[in-house]
Amino acid sequence: MSGKTLAEKVIGSHTAKGSSSAGEVVIVNVDYTFTHDAAGPLLIQQLNQLKNIPSSMDTERTVFFIDHAVPSPTKELSNDQATVRNYALNNGLILSDAGNGICHQLLAEDYLSPGELMVGTDSHSCTAGGLCAFGTGMGATDIAIAMKLRKTWLRVPESVRMNIRGHLARGVSAKDLILKILSILGTDGATYKSLEFDGDAINELDVYGRLTLTNMAVEAGAKTGLIKSDGRTRQYLKEVGREQRWKEIHADDNASYEAEIEVNASELEPQVAFPGSPANVKPVSEAKDVRVNEVFIGTCTNTRIEDLRIVAQILKERQKAKGLKLIVTPPSKKVYLKCMEEGILEILLQAGAVITPPGCGVCYGAVGGIPADGEVIFSTSNRNFPGRTGNPKAETYLGSPATASATSITGYITDPRGFI
Amino acid sequence: MGGRAWKFGDNISTDEITPGRYMGLRSNLPELAKHTLEDARKEFPSSVKQGDFVVAGKNFGMGSSREHAPLVIKMCGVTAVLAQSFARIFYRNAINIGLPAIVCDTTKINENDELELHLSEGVVENLTGKTKIRFPAMSTTMDAILSEGGLIAYVEKHGDLVLS
Repeated sequence: MSGKTLAEKVIGSHTAKGSSSAGEVVIVNVDYTFTHDAAGPLLIQQLNQLKNIPSSMDTERTVFFIDHAVPSPTKELSNDQATVRNYALNNGLILSDAGNGICHQLLAEDYLSPGELMVGTDSHSCTAGGLCAFGTGMGATDIAIAMKLRKTWLRVPESVRMNIRGHLARGVSAKDLILKILSILGTDGATYKSLEFDGDAINELDVYGRLTLTNMAVEAGAKTGLIKSDGRTRQYLKEVGREQRWKEIHADDNASYEAEIEVNASELEPQVAFPGSPANVKPVSEAKDVRVNEVFIGTCTNTRIEDLRIVAQILKERQKAKGLKLIVTPPSKKVYLKCMEEGILEILLQAGAVITPPGCGVCYGAVGGIPADGEVIFSTSNRNFPGRTGNPKAETYLGSPATASATSITGYITDPRGFI
Repeated sequence: MGGRAWKFGDNISTDEITPGRYMGLRSNLPELAKHTLEDARKEFPSSVKQGDFVVAGKNFGMGSSREHAPLVIKMCGVTAVLAQSFARIFYRNAINIGLPAIVCDTTKINENDELELHLSEGVVENLTGKTKIRFPAMSTTMDAILSEGGLIAYVEKHGDLVLS
């Protein structure tokens, strides 16, 4: 009998029979469900249409986040947020209100543990896999039903093993690695699959970097991305006060993978996704002549405290380029407070940054620094599809927090290794 | 069910189907639908007719989980989205809200061809090109959900979430 992949193990433990194999269609119990202000109003409409099924909503594991438009810039979005806020309050569900932070960051900080299964109305729910929790994004209707019945249906995905050999060099990060992987897989290279990351470079990577990798699994079309739960996972849970919920989870040695792809981290230089697609990736050296009008450091991909320490290291006693807009959006209140304690906010402000409240910021183009016509924005986010940052006449490049910081100083896309 | 083909390329993202900058219209679907696919083809929302088809290449609907993406396409009167492949979440959302998302060979469909969908027979008929495009049956679960008109109706009928 062949062994189990991480996806088979975690999904299997949530089925009635206690195990699962790739290709099976199964009903699973869900540990957590969530929605946010961008999908919540539609989800609530769907909940209200469900009259013929019993409601067993888990008031301690159903979370309503207000994170996408913070603070709300229009009366329409304020109305949507009021709908979400009031529904959570009136039904005794968990409300994570504006200013608290981005759903995926908070799910990692405050809720999820290894081996758990979570579904939410956001495609980056796969971020959870950085803690070895199975997370996947679905639409409002699926999640309304998952909330009400505490279960959903899934096809157990085949897994692709990403074997990351070698060691990430100084100035090269998990973001550069996942961009490189996307350039190999393309935007549909892992559709329906689970991307399982392993190898020496993953063993050495702390959870903050692992969350960056799994966050962007969906950019290759994957259902989720997963990384084993090991000592580094335990260390993260200890830091966020949940060490007692740690358990070790590994894929079996004889697990069956649809494919194995090897990447040598030691050979990697900083990577940049050119406009249009997160898989449109080239080494930073091929982007050095690109002039940038705005740098955005934020999002569920890349602004954990470890990222912001690197940003501060580069920006310390330096100034952003004249005429360039530098926007930094902490991903959560906790990270914001930590930045305050560690003096990072002062460094950012002295460098000329605008600091916006914890939330999704300009990532998806409704608030927080929408670029002007013809402008170029360099972002630490996960997507740069046409129009993504709110203006179809602007262009978005993606890269790491280090590359974003170096770029903000010179005004051109810049290799950060000369600044660290 | 019949109408004209609107051709799109590969990798049409949900940001192009219903851009994030219109997030404030999400509780007003008729208004949101006025911007459907405008970043991919500006004339689409104003010129699409009841019964028309969205015909695309690979990986249609990549990106976000916003269910508003298939909802606004359906609201425009589109009969079905035909594509060589779909992004996972878009596909599931489309079926959940009762919009047929059909995986088939779209290379022989030209812009403005007149098409007819025969869902139960697994055929798209190209009346202009005088060809029949056959497509494989959906998975049993997806087929059962679409046959009920969507996931809400399916779950309400069974009184539970069950696999078909």
